[in-house]
Amino acid sequence: MKRILIPAVAAATLAAGPALAISICVEGAYPPFSETAPDGSIVGFDIDIANALCDEMGEDCRLVRTDWDGIIPALLEGHCDAIIASMSITPERRQVVDFTKKYYHTPAMLVGPEDADFDDRPEGLAGKVVGVQRGTIHQDYMERNYPDTRLTLYASQDEAYLDLVSGRLDAVMADSIAITEGFLNTPQGENFTQIGDTHYDPEVHGEGAGIAVRQEDTELRDRLSDAIRAIREDSTYDEIAERYFDFDIYGEEPAS
Amino acid sequence: MRVDLVLANWHLFAQGAWLTIQLTALALAIGFCIALPAGIARARRKRFVSPAINAYVYLFRGTPLLVQAFLIYYGLAQFDWIRGSWAWAYLRDPWWCALIAFSLNSGAYATEIIRGAVETAPRGELEAASALGLSDRQRDWLVLIPSALRRALPQYGNEVVFMLHGSVVASVIALQDILGAGRTLNARYYLAYEGFLTAAALYMAITFAIVGTFRLIERRYLRHLAVANAR
Repeated sequence: MKRILIPAVAAATLAAGPALAISICVEGAYPPFSETAPDGSIVGFDIDIANALCDEMGEDCRLVRTDWDGIIPALLEGHCDAIIASMSITPERRQVVDFTKKYYHTPAMLVGPEDADFDDRPEGLAGKVVGVQRGTIHQDYMERNYPDTRLTLYASQDEAYLDLVSGRLDAVMADSIAITEGFLNTPQGENFTQIGDTHYDPEVHGEGAGIAVRQEDTELRDRLSDAIRAIREDSTYDEIAERYFDFDIYGEEPAS
Repeated sequence: MRVDLVLANWHLFAQGAWLTIQLTALALAIGFCIALPAGIARARRKRFVSPAINAYVYLFRGTPLLVQAFLIYYGLAQFDWIRGSWAWAYLRDPWWCALIAFSLNSGAYATEIIRGAVETAPRGELEAASALGLSDRQRDWLVLIPSALRRALPQYGNEVVFMLHGSVVASVIALQDILGAGRTLNARYYLAYEGFLTAAALYMAITFAIVGTFRLIERRYLRHLAVANAR
């Protein structure tokens, strides 16, 4: 699954007429959902899901690597037609883009050194320096609930991990899976561990990660939602999920 | 245009502007302190010293400021012996890393500016100084350096503007400068245009202030040239 360009699915194209190529914005610095492989290609759960959805829809997809900072503007300006980048569905984002149904859902979690002398309560983190990715639900969550904590903002999750290892940060607040697979289970994260319980506040964290599309593209949104349901129903989704996780990443079925 | 969201976040831009101005001014001051002796030594082609300065200038002018900042911020932090040393108290802080990178970078450019100004010192000026019976040291401090600094003014004004614009690098090593404020606005509300336009306007305002200040300084210290040109 190291390809970025998906070869046109000839059979589907013949059946459905010429398919318009869909461009999908992905990120590439958020392991294990998307990361840049040594050969420069992008791999990960988001990428495999994107490929599976395109196969399901019989579309010829092009993946566009975009920095997180500019990913919504890139969608709005038409550089791509959909964002598959573990983007949480939130009311703030809903004001500018539309979302499909979720394609996975995980809580947030705080990670710090094994010998940390603090806990994850607001009082415990008072005066500590915590890193978050700029413009994420984790930044909002920290700002709302941890007024006495110093926040350092990073453009990508990987940069926050670097500064956690170097000791510039006391802890990092991030998605539990992203930080477990992308940091704790790597050699880098050897002396680090989860601090306290997982965090989930529906008001801030939203209902899960969805695929963002422009608000006027309701047809594409519905086709993607249908495709998510379709790969959930056949075994495609589970096969992809098993490659990355040993637990249920989808979470509860959403109320429809 | 969502001007209201820019105004609602004016404190981000105010804090960012303060950080940008502070870092730029300090880096220029430290860079100048490096450049004055280094530039003069280069112009004099001092043995041993000159090749070392040459290497420094080539290194810092030959690589982008962004790469230098990454090397100092993320690069040095990889070595355990650095993290265990006294220097870590400073290198831990992105502010110090930015200041170190900016100062060394600005110092390299200013060294070349001062070298050029010293090398183009008119022979007549120096001979006149000697004829007046000034010692070598007096000649340097009373004639050579003041006149070289005057000649360096227009070029140095450019360097100040370049340093201001180069300081955007601070925003990629986790500092909230003017561009950082713009990026936050962009990331939170997806207002690329508003956030970056506000940042651009702030940089432009500071640039104009710098250019205007240098025009005043030049009018005062390069008055002899202005008169000559007027004729």
